[in-house]
Amino acid sequence: MTGRSIRSFSSVMARVQALQSRAVASFQSPQQPHGRLYSTHPPNAKLNLPTDYSTTPLLAHASQTALANPELPPEARNGTTKRMNLFQAVNDALSISLAEDESVMIFGEDVAFGGVFRCTGKLADTYGGDRVFNTPLTEQGIIGFAIGVAAEGMRPVAEIQFADYVYPAFDQLVNEAAKFRYRDGTCGRGVGGMTVRMPCGGVGHGALYHSQSPESLFTHIPGLRVIMPRSPLQAKGLLLAAIRSNDPCIFMEPKILYRAAVEQVPTVPYTLPLSKAEVLKEGTDVTIISYGQPLYKCMAAIREAEEKLGISVELIDLRTIYPWDKTTVFESVRKTGRCMVVHEAMVNAGVGAEIAAAIQEDPDTFFRMEAPVLRVAGWSIHTPLVYEAFNVPDVARIYDNITKILQY
Amino acid sequence: MKRIRLPTQRASTAQGRRVALQQPLLLSPAAACTAKTPALAPPARRHAGSLSQRPDAKHVSFPGAIKSAFSNTLRFEQPSTYPALATYRAVDQHGVAVDPSFVPDLADDAVVELYRDMLTVSIMDLIMFDAQRQGRLSFYMVSAGEEAVSVATASALEKEDVIFCQYREQGVFRQRGFTLADFMNQLFANRKDPGKGRNMPVHYGSKELNIHTISSPLATQLPQASGAAYALKIQRMQDPSIPPRVVAAYFGEGAASEGDFHAALNIAATRSCPVIFICRNNGYAISTPTLEQYRGDGIASRGLGYGIETIRVDGNDFWAVREATKKARELALQDGGKPVLIEAMTYRVSHHSTSDDSFAYRARVEVEDWKRRDNPIARLRKWMEAKGCWDEAKEKEARESIRREVLKAFSEAEREKKPPIRSMFEDIYEDLTPDLQEQMKALKRQIEQYPDEYDVGEFVEGAGSLGR
Ligand SMILES: Cc1ncc(C[n+]2csc(CCOP(=O)(O)OP(=O)(O)O)c2C)c(N)n1
Ligand SMILES: [Mg+2]
Repeated sequence: MTGRSIRSFSSVMARVQALQSRAVASFQSPQQPHGRLYSTHPPNAKLNLPTDYSTTPLLAHASQTALANPELPPEARNGTTKRMNLFQAVNDALSISLAEDESVMIFGEDVAFGGVFRCTGKLADTYGGDRVFNTPLTEQGIIGFAIGVAAEGMRPVAEIQFADYVYPAFDQLVNEAAKFRYRDGTCGRGVGGMTVRMPCGGVGHGALYHSQSPESLFTHIPGLRVIMPRSPLQAKGLLLAAIRSNDPCIFMEPKILYRAAVEQVPTVPYTLPLSKAEVLKEGTDVTIISYGQPLYKCMAAIREAEEKLGISVELIDLRTIYPWDKTTVFESVRKTGRCMVVHEAMVNAGVGAEIAAAIQEDPDTFFRMEAPVLRVAGWSIHTPLVYEAFNVPDVARIYDNITKILQY
Repeated sequence: MKRIRLPTQRASTAQGRRVALQQPLLLSPAAACTAKTPALAPPARRHAGSLSQRPDAKHVSFPGAIKSAFSNTLRFEQPSTYPALATYRAVDQHGVAVDPSFVPDLADDAVVELYRDMLTVSIMDLIMFDAQRQGRLSFYMVSAGEEAVSVATASALEKEDVIFCQYREQGVFRQRGFTLADFMNQLFANRKDPGKGRNMPVHYGSKELNIHTISSPLATQLPQASGAAYALKIQRMQDPSIPPRVVAAYFGEGAASEGDFHAALNIAATRSCPVIFICRNNGYAISTPTLEQYRGDGIASRGLGYGIETIRVDGNDFWAVREATKKARELALQDGGKPVLIEAMTYRVSHHSTSDDSFAYRARVEVEDWKRRDNPIARLRKWMEAKGCWDEAKEKEARESIRREVLKAFSEAEREKKPPIRSMFEDIYEDLTPDLQEQMKALKRQIEQYPDEYDVGEFVEGAGSLGR
């Protein structure tokens, strides 16, 4: 290599790159090539294969599939659909809310040119800079500002550029947004009009500060509604519900899905219910509860387990992580007697802990249990760059835990 | 003082109240003093109480503004009526000295070395940006146009000084002795990376060079720099044999909008911390131009607001930046220590990072214009050529040899293995907790049970580092 010009060096790199064909979601702009994926899986892998979003049953690949969703209102079911990825679905929901309600405002760092993940593309042009604008670079400022906007009766949708950068705003969210209505008492004011969007989760190369899933820090806070969609169709309906909701909502978008998850999405405005879980697949022997991207891995693991072990697994998407839908979860677990929770965030004091505890506290559910509740989650560590594949729950680990839970 | 008679309380309530008062006071001492019970501690002494105001004083003696003259004119200050702070230049864009008092304090070969540092950074940047584009590493950030800010500031600091960076200061690392191998080992997150493969590319750090490891969250390093400076100050008070040291903290004008920036300046001013805040004002925070980032006279005006000695310099002028930093270091060590703010004006010539396409929000011609108008490397080169210590042949030789060295370090670092997988569990706590030990075992079992599902070959010791 020594002594070659940059140009010839580049052509060597181009050849090497051609060999590295595995795709990963890129971070930001459309022209970014696929980033290098650390700790790739070997060619013999049967379980830990990259998610094939083009065939997964979790996405509505056909228009009819999308329109058959029983949660959709009649006008959506009788309407048309459009192929969208997750960022386009978010954009669609934001655009609808700006159009239908002039009290909606959208702001955050770099949102005016479309945002670093393109979620707010064209909104400033279409709806004007008064309602769609860049803020200075200050998360505590953004959320405090949103609270003020909401306190005076408007519906701000604030963007935090990465969930990893929400912490400067923690005081505003925990001490202010969550408690605003409570402390105002009979004065009756609140900041329920507020929605905070933030991209979260691993993408393969985000390391400590572009990978975090801090949902459980918010699910610990009564007053905040914490939502994570799994797909474009879900994102549109849940985001519109969050914006229209009169509780402050934290809307966490798994950023690996922004481009990767593509499905048919109804074109008309519609909402999907908050604090309502969805049974994605019925089963009789094990219940798996998850939300966001790991659902796709659960689905792959379930397929393998059902084929190999001759069992049937129920898969539930929690969707709203707090206040969560105990009824749906308990009902399923009473039926299967076995429950596993899967999430990307650290296992300690995570969402899995809350679900497991609630299950064992409910006598009608607890007495039906055939096995302890298992958690498959990130280890109790930060999110390190080159080890992500060993940290984030993968298909093999989920599969292995299904085999374990059956052994009791 | 007359006591207000309150309605009598029922005995049980009064009892409850007395008990409550014995609990730690959650309110401030001042609030506690307004409570009715005389048994409480006297109010804390207030220093401002000693500022007595003579009857015909021309100045206000409020505790919050002790030098303010009385005025009988009702007038709001207009920021726009104040002229913008001047930008110090020692050498203009043609490489000609414009400060008559400027005398270069470096021998020719020392200047050449610093120039080579700037060149090295800019050549490494080009190669690594390209390498990212071709999938050889996941991410990169260049510092094109800002090489003088980092190299020249660093050149005016001492080895013992402590540095906090943002992320676009590879010149600081280079000037202080970071080798190309050091850069590449971090960028490729290999077994020689002191960050143990945990951090994203460009998050360098070096204990020997006294540069704290870069952290992505913006502005968090700034109050830390104030605290570090305070520690250095106290340590020297306790042991005068320690040489005087300062802290230098780098940040962008975007980061200066974070609360942490304001906290940092204020606490450094009130605790008289020997810290130099160095702002790289390059006009953009990703897509956000300065006009949407702040109003008022840039970041420099913030320094004045916090009572901090401040200078604005031409960040493309190597000599101005170096002179300003030299002087800032002197100031920071005066009077037992104090903060200083430098706002270096430059332009972010390239995209924010490899994840960004800046032509989505700024015109190509704007960038081309800037490139043509001024460039810190070209400016120093002109100065050196006029001085007679540099020429076309030397330039050509330097560029070629630097490129060779970068490519060599690149291919060596890329070939290295990744650190042991065990590193993912270490350094969370000083020792592995029982929980983490269990998790590490579980991971090992998982990899052993499903060997086809995990690629451990790239890592030192494969799965072996996870335990026997
Ligand atoms: C707390 C926090 N919020 C947001 C980000 C995302 N982010 C990374 S760099 C950047 C812009 C910083 O601009 P500036 O400080 O001017 O530095 P420059 O990139 O121009 O050198 C943003 C918004 C972050 N890293 N940390
Ligand atoms: Mg900037």
